[in-house]
Amino acid sequence: MSSVGYVWDFSFLWGYRSLILAGLGVTIAYTIGTIVLGLIVGLITGLLRLSRNPVITAPLVAYVEIFRCTPLLVQIVWFYYALPVIIGVDIPAHVAAVLVLSLYTGAFYAEIIRGGVISVERGQWDAARAIGMRRGQVMRHVILPQAVKRMIPPFMNQSIIQLKNTSLVSTIAVADLLYNGTIITAATYRPLEVYTMVAVIYFIVLFPLTLGAQQVERRLARAD
Amino acid sequence: MIEIADLWKAFGSLQVLKGVSLRVERGAVLAIIGPSGSGKSTLLRCINLLEDPDRGLIRVGDHEMRFAGRKRGNLADRELAAFRAATGMVFQHFNLFPHMTALANVMAGPSIVKRISKREAEEIARGLLAKVGLADKADAYPMHLSGGQRQRVAIARALAMNPSVMLCDEVTSALDPELVGEVLGVIEQLAKEGMTMIIVTHEVAFAHEVADTVAFMSDGVIVESGPPSRLLEDPQNSRTRAFLARFHRFIGDFSGSS
Repeated sequence: MSSVGYVWDFSFLWGYRSLILAGLGVTIAYTIGTIVLGLIVGLITGLLRLSRNPVITAPLVAYVEIFRCTPLLVQIVWFYYALPVIIGVDIPAHVAAVLVLSLYTGAFYAEIIRGGVISVERGQWDAARAIGMRRGQVMRHVILPQAVKRMIPPFMNQSIIQLKNTSLVSTIAVADLLYNGTIITAATYRPLEVYTMVAVIYFIVLFPLTLGAQQVERRLARAD
Repeated sequence: MIEIADLWKAFGSLQVLKGVSLRVERGAVLAIIGPSGSGKSTLLRCINLLEDPDRGLIRVGDHEMRFAGRKRGNLADRELAAFRAATGMVFQHFNLFPHMTALANVMAGPSIVKRISKREAEEIARGLLAKVGLADKADAYPMHLSGGQRQRVAIARALAMNPSVMLCDEVTSALDPELVGEVLGVIEQLAKEGMTMIIVTHEVAFAHEVADTVAFMSDGVIVESGPPSRLLEDPQNSRTRAFLARFHRFIGDFSGSS
């Protein structure tokens, strides 16, 4: 097809609306599911990394850095194709996808959580310890309430990125929005319309979320 | 009431405390003066174990702790917490909990550490806020309080644990000059009521007024100590004299210019 004189026609997409919606549903489900799992991973990792014991922190540092310093696409492909060879067990695509996306975003959440905690002034620890609070009580009543407030903006940011990141699972045939887009393309030979539509849908979902995040950020800044 | 014997503390290769010994009787007030970096604050932080001493003995009331190269972590968290609860501490930078109201700050000790009922804790806290002159600020957050008010809330917070001794670490150093008086007033009141205290301060005149004993600390040791009139007006050690000369010159300048 020539780029000159191309006639755009989006009307055929209506016929694929259920496939598109199903894909969007999968994308959103993966986003929410891996944010929740990632948050659990990140919370445990981030808090344990505050330990002074290198036996605990060293493997966690390794985990965080490996996942932060390699491309997500490579991780997905590796978990789906290479890991089964090593452990001798096949990993279904959706399991590999959930695993990698959760571990990947968990690594970022861990750093957000750790950063939030260590950003609270030392004097807060001193004051809480001085009235006799134990380590756990200081965390729960003094440090975390302040730290969580500071974690919210980067957390929202990372979660918005996570929705876009889920599109990479299409490479291992998880039927998300992008994957279903490629299916429609294969059936209709109209990639320009299909990928334009896919981009517009991502934008429509994410743009209000970024506006909301900015609102929250502004409100937090004012409350400080 | 408080006894410190041969206390040593180093941070890495920097030896901060070099064998400090002191004694404070029940109801007495000890003021520690001395140049910056002499180890005054580290001494206070060691007394309630915010820092682990390397060596020496600390006794506060019935609690006694001996240190001989023990590393952090050997002391149980619970043991440390119990020890600190009996030792009130007020900091230079207040360190109020910014996410809690003045009332909640003062209630924190009784309700979280002592686990007494909210109602009882609130009663204690309101009483202490009234004592430091801030009954009407109970619902204010620290960010809406002046420095002097914050420090008074911090004093009330320490008192809420009903400590047997109070440690005050340069409690007026971060305050605007016009706010110093209201905080010193509260400390003076505590002294009159018979609270055992160790006060690290730069306010030599205040030390003269409230302390039973003044100690001059320099380079990790207590150089000399004695009743305020003797130590402040007729110091024996040359280092003490040199330090105090600064203050006397100030006072001289003032009287000279008026």
